Amino acid sequence: MNFVYERFLGGKNGAIGIAILAALIFLVFPLFLDAFRLGMVGKYLTYAFAAISLVLLWGYGGILSLGQGVFFGLGGYCMAMFLKLEASDPISTKIQSTPGIPDFMDWNQLTELPWFWIPFESFSFTLLAVILVPAIFAFIIGFSMFKRRVGGVYFAIITQVIAVILTVLIVGQQGFTGGINGITDLKTLNGWDIREDSAKYILYFINAALLFAVIFISRFILTSKYGRLLLAMRDKEDRVRFSGYDVSNFKIFVFCFSAVISAIGGAMFTLQVGFMSPSFVGIVPSIEMVIFAAVGGRMSLIGVVYGTLLVNFGRTTFSESFPELWLFLMGGLFIAVVMFFPNGLAGIWDKYGKKLTAYFPKKAKPALTQTDPALAAEDAK
Amino acid sequence: MSKFNRRKFLGKTAALLSAMVAAGFISTSVMAAEATTTGQAVTDTTVSVGILHSLTGTMAISETGAQEAEKLAIKQINESGGILGRQIEIIQEDGASDWPTFAEKSRKLLVQDKVAAVFGCWTSASRKAALPVFEKENGLLYYPTFYEGLEQSHNVIYTGQEATQQILAGLDWVAEEKGAKTFYLIGSDYIWPRTSMKIARKHIENVLGGKVVGEDYKPLGNTQFGSTINKIRLKKPDVIYAAVVGGSNVAWFKQLKAAGITSDKQTLLTLSVTEDEVLGIGGENLEGFYSVMKYFQSLDNPNNAKFVKEFKEMWGEDSVMGDVTQAAYLGPWLWKAAVEKAGTFDVDAVVKASETEGIELTTAPEGYVKLHPNHHLWSKTRVAKWNKDGQATVVFESELIEPNPFPKGYQ
Repeated sequence: MNFVYERFLGGKNGAIGIAILAALIFLVFPLFLDAFRLGMVGKYLTYAFAAISLVLLWGYGGILSLGQGVFFGLGGYCMAMFLKLEASDPISTKIQSTPGIPDFMDWNQLTELPWFWIPFESFSFTLLAVILVPAIFAFIIGFSMFKRRVGGVYFAIITQVIAVILTVLIVGQQGFTGGINGITDLKTLNGWDIREDSAKYILYFINAALLFAVIFISRFILTSKYGRLLLAMRDKEDRVRFSGYDVSNFKIFVFCFSAVISAIGGAMFTLQVGFMSPSFVGIVPSIEMVIFAAVGGRMSLIGVVYGTLLVNFGRTTFSESFPELWLFLMGGLFIAVVMFFPNGLAGIWDKYGKKLTAYFPKKAKPALTQTDPALAAEDAK
Repeated sequence: MSKFNRRKFLGKTAALLSAMVAAGFISTSVMAAEATTTGQAVTDTTVSVGILHSLTGTMAISETGAQEAEKLAIKQINESGGILGRQIEIIQEDGASDWPTFAEKSRKLLVQDKVAAVFGCWTSASRKAALPVFEKENGLLYYPTFYEGLEQSHNVIYTGQEATQQILAGLDWVAEEKGAKTFYLIGSDYIWPRTSMKIARKHIENVLGGKVVGEDYKPLGNTQFGSTINKIRLKKPDVIYAAVVGGSNVAWFKQLKAAGITSDKQTLLTLSVTEDEVLGIGGENLEGFYSVMKYFQSLDNPNNAKFVKEFKEMWGEDSVMGDVTQAAYLGPWLWKAAVEKAGTFDVDAVVKASETEGIELTTAPEGYVKLHPNHHLWSKTRVAKWNKDGQATVVFESELIEPNPFPKGYQ
């Protein structure tokens, strides 16, 4: 029990943070928001997967990826392909010249399903693909980069280029991918109508549960020896290498793992929003994900969830209230956070929130969760 | 005077409040029930509609004209007494050039604001993203852009031209007038140019007996047309047939001019340049080339003179009106006509009236339009030649063309 408490929840501080977040996501939002707003929160929480992946990769690993949208998109497209095939049965597509294939293929004069679409008729294959396709892709990129000791800004640029390449590929091959429109008009999952309000509620809770599972697993990794090594590599890579560790293998692992997390978010996004398009793959969404992490605090698994929610709530409410001014307000929000709270929302919590939690009785010795970058920096010295 | 008593006070207030609420509820429900049956945002004096265009992002420059035209039409309708005695209230949302945002805002307009109709979307991608929401929530969308066809939704009225209306008449004209036999097709790489070129190729090869000597697609936002221009020089087509969209047009026409391909040596017919684009391209780069669409600001008729005058009064002397702007202007008027025929704001009734009542507008700036049961408009197609000042001179005008979103033999 103590093991679980320390390793998965992250000791007292972590447990309180997780409890508050869980209460917010599982109780407050569903009770106080209508189906429409809850659906929007569900959509935002799928971005939180990508933000969490950046905590591991960027906050702890020091590897800035400007291409998390690629993995978010790969996961989303895998799911969308399955849903599109289910929506394109011969009866509902009978007005096409070739019934039974997705509508955009028909518009592009394709007369049969391309080979790489065929396995996506199986749901279990699709679930596997959501995990494996991004993992393998990340492995190839990671292997070729990290083994050659490409890092820092070069790695960031290369991930960004990959995001552009994939976008161009998807947009250009519109007969196979739906092009710039994306894969739209997704209706059912194994016969279950995902557009109903009831389905939105169920998907919201599945999404929230997955999010917490990802937080627990990430916490477990970060509180392990591997987490320690990750931090050490970030701050003094050479020393870790001279101590006999193969740094590149660790980096490849964290890159693949963060890719899988983002992809799960992407798949849940497709299910909740009902379509997938290249606008989630390119540079803009990838950088937005970095912003979510920066606003939330890139060292905090919980903080980035709040960061994602705050930025997206801001975007929605500002753009509803001030359709002509909202971009300026968003810009102001980013500047304010970076200027006054360089450690993001988690930094505010560390500064003021901890005073509150000090009133709780001590239960176990505080775990070294390294949520405070100032602490981490001191360790490195 | 009796002493203040908490219980009495509470009781009286509660009674008063409930009476007020009940009275209000009954009166609004009785009155509003005459006009609606589906819980829309309709009161005795007002009806809410949504406007959903990109005010920010890369599409803002194109969509601004459309939302301005919609606001003008709504203002004019309000000044003339509204619809069924109700003033139209606008709820505006920003699609932010981002397709999922269009879907999200559509849902907000339909579910939360319960608007009776939405005027909006511009790109096909934004319409495709919003369409499932309109179908699921049974909303009503007036979509203004000329587009690729292959769609006919119960919940959408298409006020722009579908591909065959725009393309076939223009090709016939250029074949007859210019004796064109060879064509070079170029477009941006997405669904609308590709579908349009597919239709064009079939028409050129099967009907006109001509030949397509080249077909190129460039990514959206592309600014390098060197390879295409080289191929054009090599193939020497009678006509360059272009569907390059957005900002790419600036590079495309400037590079053509720099390469010496100008209108005195080369016929160019484009599907995608309106007065709005010419502002960015510059009339001098385009002079003598042709556009084919249903509306030009220079159209000479009383409806259009009035429209141009009032648009400029509302939005400034420098504003220009392109094809989509005019089509967007038709949206609120077509909706008004259908609602008045139906006698209610209920979406199904309005759609039914639109399909069966032969809705027509004699006051349209483009002339006369009529709604076809397939949700598209009968309209004329015009070919016009661009002048240096950014305006075009109409050189050809077709008869009213029947909309045919699923053209047989062209798929």
